[in-house]
Amino acid sequence: MGRFQQRAIIQHEIDMATRPSEKVIKAGKVFLSGNEAVAHSAWAAGVRFATGYPGTPSTEILETLVGFPEVHCEWAPNEKVALETAAGASLGGIRSLVTMKHVGLNVAADPLMTLAYTGVKGGLVVISADDPGMHSSQNEQDNRNYARFAKVPMFEPADSAEVVEYLKEAYALSERYELPVLFRMTTRICHSKSPAFTGPRTDVPPTGYEKDFVRNVMVPANARIMRVELQRKMNELLREVETSALNRIERRGELGVITSGNIYNYVREALPGVSVLKLGITWPLPEKMIAGFASSCERTFVVEELDPFLETEIRAMGVPLSATPRPRPQVDEMSPEKVAELFSESRPEIAVADQAGQTLEIAPRPPVLCPGCSHRGVFMVLKKMRLTVTGDIGCYTLSALPPLESMDTCLCMGASVGMAYGLERAIGRQSKKKVVAVIGDSTFLHSGIAPLLNIVYNGGKTVTVILDNRTTAMTGHNENPGSGKRIDGEPAPGIDFEALSRALGVEFVETVDPYNIDKFREVMEQALAFDGPAVVVASRACVLIPDERRQLKPKVNLDQEACNACGACFRIGCPALSMDSETGKCRLNTLLCAGCGLCTTSCPTGALGL
Amino acid sequence: MSGSESVTNVLMVGVGGQGIMLASEILSGTALLAGYDVTKSEVHGMSQRGGSVNSHVRFGPEVFSPLIPAGQAHFVVALEKLEALRWAGYLVPGGTMIVNDFRLDPATVTTGKLTYPEDVIERLKSLQDCRVRVVDGPALSVQAGDFRTMNTVVLGALSSMLELSEEYWYKGMEERITRKNLLQINTRAFELGRQAAQDGNRN
Repeated sequence: MGRFQQRAIIQHEIDMATRPSEKVIKAGKVFLSGNEAVAHSAWAAGVRFATGYPGTPSTEILETLVGFPEVHCEWAPNEKVALETAAGASLGGIRSLVTMKHVGLNVAADPLMTLAYTGVKGGLVVISADDPGMHSSQNEQDNRNYARFAKVPMFEPADSAEVVEYLKEAYALSERYELPVLFRMTTRICHSKSPAFTGPRTDVPPTGYEKDFVRNVMVPANARIMRVELQRKMNELLREVETSALNRIERRGELGVITSGNIYNYVREALPGVSVLKLGITWPLPEKMIAGFASSCERTFVVEELDPFLETEIRAMGVPLSATPRPRPQVDEMSPEKVAELFSESRPEIAVADQAGQTLEIAPRPPVLCPGCSHRGVFMVLKKMRLTVTGDIGCYTLSALPPLESMDTCLCMGASVGMAYGLERAIGRQSKKKVVAVIGDSTFLHSGIAPLLNIVYNGGKTVTVILDNRTTAMTGHNENPGSGKRIDGEPAPGIDFEALSRALGVEFVETVDPYNIDKFREVMEQALAFDGPAVVVASRACVLIPDERRQLKPKVNLDQEACNACGACFRIGCPALSMDSETGKCRLNTLLCAGCGLCTTSCPTGALGL
Repeated sequence: MSGSESVTNVLMVGVGGQGIMLASEILSGTALLAGYDVTKSEVHGMSQRGGSVNSHVRFGPEVFSPLIPAGQAHFVVALEKLEALRWAGYLVPGGTMIVNDFRLDPATVTTGKLTYPEDVIERLKSLQDCRVRVVDGPALSVQAGDFRTMNTVVLGALSSMLELSEEYWYKGMEERITRKNLLQINTRAFELGRQAAQDGNRN
């Protein structure tokens, strides 16, 4: 039976209701992204508490779920806090959901590793949204490895319909085995829409808290007991996955393919004649089912994305696998044509492909800082001062690209502060290449506070610039502890970056408007000259916040006559300015111009003025 | 490559902020109303900040991959000319390129590092084995009442080449555009694009 037919049958069993905005959730056949499907299904599964940290491609899960009744939703300052909070909620006997992108699980790995020992009470599911191909990430780590590492069950849906179905089962299994469940999705599942069938909510009442010393206090004596208990649970799970309906065999031809997640769809697309073992639960693996499938096929292949996770495990079981005619690349995301290519002796020809590009290099279109972006002024100054800038994760990372090219590093959330201090230790503070750390407000609150404390504690004198634009902009303008609002828009106490820095022991703390680049430069020079750690808060709300945009009135004027085509204005990288290809003079797009006026400071002739 | 001969593949491309997401939502909604299995895939995040954006829409009796295999798009719908050139390789032999006659310089061009080819349309027309339909989105959108409706103008042009009933297109728009005055302007834009393409098809 095909995917679509399966959907049609389920559809008949569900009544239609109305929309989430009316506090009643639309049920029946709905066109949902994978992320929206998680929200719908979590609500339907009786989840009462949901938390996470925004990160592409996971962000829309909580942004959707917050519109549902009966679920308390939160943005946590980071993924570790989120998972620990959910662990507490689960201990209190309610179902909870934690969402994050793949690298977020590195931050939450500490509680995850031991939560597998203590186990959970109310069902607890951790969504790991991986980003093969690194569309919006700094690496493409394969988080399937975390399931094996932490010894927790892992589910991998292939599309929105399966997300709905699997998540329900994930909660049931989590409670049956009292284990946290890893629910692994990828960009192409999170951000692809397909029809799914959503149902009504099944309320799961809280079971309450009960003290349990051995189970919940992971001192060595208890941890040794719970380690054995974890092994027992996994052995039991090994038996259950052999018969789980989420692992299924589809018989078609003599050749067999073992696959999981979205790659299943590519296999169906590219190899319609093969038999498929589709694994919905990819940890632990159903050994007997896999061996049986392989022995029933003439030859068996594994088709997967990123690490050879299934392949390594299946080979270790002693199950004979055949190598695909062409080797599978372990880097980048898969696609239907890449799956086809694995099995073709010769490269498939793509008819129209490349005809257009053969004769010229098509100018790439990289993302850029928006017109009026509050970060632009900061990087104009840092560039002019020729500083070495350790950077961080956010929109401002775009300043590493031309034409600003004023960021030297980007490693992971919060790394800028520690790296600046370490670099300064290595090259010395008197080096000509003066170092500063630049970090966004949300990133600083995520993991920048501890390294700032480290600078103070160990006698460093590093300068940290906090870019406070009052939002987590890059992931789609999410609230954070500095923004003054919670995920549902309710007011919250916004953190005071100055007071926080002072409390950590930083003596030089100044706040500046980054639109005022002369003042910003002056403060930066004072901070660099200060004999001690310094924090400069560049404070200006993101220009895409509607209220903020409306306040910016005076538009920039361009006097074409006065422009001498020097090109200085193009070096600030504002999308509202472009070069006239004939005269080399500046052209101003008044529709895009936000009126920040930063370009006027770059113009030596006064052609650009307010 | 196999299989889904009965699946229609539409690749919509443009620049972040041009309304690719709304256009592909409307197309998906229309195909759903027509009773098809539909998938739609795109990437959010980094690509929004004025970067190159694409959305894969596929519909048919049964769709598997949410990504259109390279070289299998029946239609490439480009809201910007350079993006049309960038994605032309996705067309299936005999496929159709619908290109909005609109130019947006990427940062690599505004800074004078690279050039924007002046002859994009000619280059597209010289491609072997594909049809090219040029839509005057800038003029038709202004005629409809708002420059920002270029996306629905181009969608209207696409609608004249797809076998999806007109009624579903209007319903598809109603479902996605909730504000009445915006719906009105967009409907006008859609009709202007559809009419222009139909006239073009007859010629």
